[in-house]
Amino acid sequence: MEKHQIQYQTVRFNLNGRDVERTVDVRASLTDMLRNDFRMTSVKKGCEVGECGACTVLIDGETFNSCIYLAVWAEGKRIRTLEGILGPDGELSDVQRAFVEEAAIQCGFCTPGFILTAEEILETGKEYTDEQLRKLLSGHLCRCTGYENILRAVKKAMYRRLGKEGPQ
Amino acid sequence: MSKQVGKSAVRVDAYEKATGRAKYVDDLCDRGVLVVKVCHSAIAHGFVKSIDTAQAEAVPGVVKVLTCFDVPDIEFPTAGHPWSTDPGHQDVADRKLLNQHVRYYGDDIAAVIAEDEVAAAQALRAIRVEYEELPFVLDAQEAMKDGAPQIQERYKNNILAHSDVRRGDYETARREPGLIKVEGWYDTPTVQHCHIENHGCFAYKEAGRVVVVTSTQIPHIVRRVVGQALGIPWGKVRIIKPYIGGGFGNKQDALYEPLCAWCSTQVGGRLVKLECSREETFVSNRVRHAIRTHIISYVRPDGTLAARKLEAFSNQGAYASHGHGVVAKGMNAFPQLYPCPNVECDSWTVYTNRPSAGAMRGYGIPQAMFAGESHIDDICRAIGMSPLEFRRKNLMPVGYVDGFSKNELYHDSFNQCMNKGMELLDYQRKYQEYQHQTGPVRRGVGLAVFWYNTAVWPISLESSSCRMVLNQDGSLQFQTGETEIGQGCDTAYSQMVADAVGIPLEDVHVVSTQDTDLTPFGTGAYASRQTYIGGFSIVQTAAVLRERILNIAHEQTRMPVSNLDLVDGQIVRKSDGRVLKSLGDLATESLYSLENSRHITAETTAQIKSNAYSFGCSFAEVEVDIPMCKVKLLRLVNVHDCGTLINPALAEAQVHGGMSMAIGYGLSEELKFDEKTGKPLNNNLLDYKLSTFMDHPVLEAAFVENPEPTSPYGTKALGEPPACSPAPAIRNAILNATGVAIDSCPITPHVLYRRFREAGLIQE
Ligand code: FES
Ligand code: FES
Repeated sequence: MEKHQIQYQTVRFNLNGRDVERTVDVRASLTDMLRNDFRMTSVKKGCEVGECGACTVLIDGETFNSCIYLAVWAEGKRIRTLEGILGPDGELSDVQRAFVEEAAIQCGFCTPGFILTAEEILETGKEYTDEQLRKLLSGHLCRCTGYENILRAVKKAMYRRLGKEGPQ
Repeated sequence: MSKQVGKSAVRVDAYEKATGRAKYVDDLCDRGVLVVKVCHSAIAHGFVKSIDTAQAEAVPGVVKVLTCFDVPDIEFPTAGHPWSTDPGHQDVADRKLLNQHVRYYGDDIAAVIAEDEVAAAQALRAIRVEYEELPFVLDAQEAMKDGAPQIQERYKNNILAHSDVRRGDYETARREPGLIKVEGWYDTPTVQHCHIENHGCFAYKEAGRVVVVTSTQIPHIVRRVVGQALGIPWGKVRIIKPYIGGGFGNKQDALYEPLCAWCSTQVGGRLVKLECSREETFVSNRVRHAIRTHIISYVRPDGTLAARKLEAFSNQGAYASHGHGVVAKGMNAFPQLYPCPNVECDSWTVYTNRPSAGAMRGYGIPQAMFAGESHIDDICRAIGMSPLEFRRKNLMPVGYVDGFSKNELYHDSFNQCMNKGMELLDYQRKYQEYQHQTGPVRRGVGLAVFWYNTAVWPISLESSSCRMVLNQDGSLQFQTGETEIGQGCDTAYSQMVADAVGIPLEDVHVVSTQDTDLTPFGTGAYASRQTYIGGFSIVQTAAVLRERILNIAHEQTRMPVSNLDLVDGQIVRKSDGRVLKSLGDLATESLYSLENSRHITAETTAQIKSNAYSFGCSFAEVEVDIPMCKVKLLRLVNVHDCGTLINPALAEAQVHGGMSMAIGYGLSEELKFDEKTGKPLNNNLLDYKLSTFMDHPVLEAAFVENPEPTSPYGTKALGEPPACSPAPAIRNAILNATGVAIDSCPITPHVLYRRFREAGLIQE
């Protein structure tokens, strides 16, 4: 049996506002590093091949499936997980609050990923139609909610941010 | 007192889940864990002749490689059924921890235990297996034929079980002059649950016992199965179930807990974990039974039923799991839903070389409703009656009592649900309007009802236990063996407990984790039973706790018990409504009393000797593009009578989820197999077409609330019912649009192409 030389590399990046560094196996995914080395267990694994969205994180403000993103690519990046969304006293973000209020959470396994994508969408400050929101959120699979209340929650948070009651 | 039941209380676990802090199995596992990976067979049927593990063992980091030649010689059952103490009613024991006789492509034949994932994966690839290959069979009816490959030695013609129902005299009745015969075959697919958290577990030994932390719906049942599989006393096994990322019936089976536990015992009790990949989850967990149903109805021109016959062939796959119970449930619905004096039903459950079929949301009813409700619309077309009128005339009437279960239809649920759905969709007008369309793109509306039975009495044990433990501040912990799997039962329970004990909602702390060392016995989440049966033990246990509290209140206040009440966490004198003291003060005084210190708890088991029908319907509107062979679902409405709603917001959310699953069942989901090798073709979330955000219209859920008289809270099944009727409603909408009767689901473009061609709607 041929022996593989395990290679390690040190990555420095910003995780939820804190500069960190770790030496990681170059084959490790960002999901593995975040879950194993930093215990960011909000980053979930549903497929590990980029199909379900459960492992979503924000990298420089953009959502990625961390399971198909190498840990070493994190070098120099600003990475946010759901742990970094919470306020200093444990306050929920407006998106999280909307998910709670609209009963958009059941088993909760897809929830972290959806919330991060919703944060990214609302960050644009734009008003989207239902069809546009469906498309923007379609990288995530959920088997519990039928997506209905997730859509309601994202819309609610969007209109609140826009200072509106609903579509005009 | 402010009543909590009936309000849309926020989920008790919402904050933990919205913040990602809720801990699931893998989140709880220590990082020093050894990794177990399973070697699956690369043939559909045959025997493992030998396994060469030398190269695998040489991979750095590999601790041990175990094979089907090493496991205990014990066959065990896996179904998440309550154990029967009567051997004649016990689940079929037909698999070992690892199997020499390989019965499907993906069967478990060896396991690698390694220091890390990479070493385990490398070792898997280095295992050399020599097989003696045998012919295989994927179709249930083919498997029943003489000379078909024998899959389980003890079952001739691969028939795991056959059962029947006979009413009246079908053969004589069908000869009545003037009857119209309607006949159809209806096929439903193999599908998978696709909870987003794959099944996984970890195990270790502690104080001579094996502990398994697992993603399961049924911790107490899994304890028994692990004990059986390892051949050790059941008390030597401890199962812990934390939050789980969905189950839908797949985790109502012992999956890899027995193997994981055994692997730990093979490495000196070290911590080992076994996590399924998505690909493994599709194939090597459980699937839904594909069922082929043949129905013949003899109908009078006035729309009354003279005689009916049903044959159902249920594809069990390689191992018995839940076995015959699934198709039997569907078959039993047949004579009840549309009572007819002369009925003949037969159902067979047949082993094949597919993945094992087990429980899945609806337990045979989605299959039975696809066949049965499609057939009803075929009858309507044959006799020229509207689907609504036919159903009004023939559906189970108010007052109907099933002789076996003693279930009764107490209310006019079907008509009330259909009226509501009809109005929401404007069904009648559209049905007429859509009937005679021409042109390539047409619209249609369809209706289907469903039959569902809450819980499993009298087929199986129904009991529920719970424990309430009062704290110094008057709040309490509530524990039960019934499990939260995402559906929201913990929240429903907290509302019930608050009302039953007489304390504020925030003073109820539901212990969400089940730990067989700490949690009262309970069989877990299945059969849409949690809210129904949990209600019985909550009411009963709360009564005991209240009695204890009021007796102590009597000692502390000197008022007679008969003049005391507990309301909203306060001890109240009934005669003048004065608050005498808070429950917190009472509890503190009681616990710290120098004379007579007592902690205040109650724990009881409720015996449940009833269950309840849960009924409803779906209405669908579709647009069919005939040349493109495409269906667009425009609207879907589900109406349910699940009794009194405990939490309307969570009830609605449950319905959405079931509808979504059923849309996939109706239109896109199917696990496919290579006819030449038996190999699964699309066991991943890219090729298996689970409904996404883009595949749904707005999901419309509505309720009719007729209190269920047998339940202390007037409630009955809601978890599974939403998945039962949308697929046939969609199918019937396509019939309304095109006049073409579809005979199978999922209704993909391939199916439409075949049927449209046969109907002459499109040419080659
Ligand atoms: S786990 Fe990364 S997309 Fe599914
Ligand atoms: S809430 Fe369970 S997968 Fe989305």
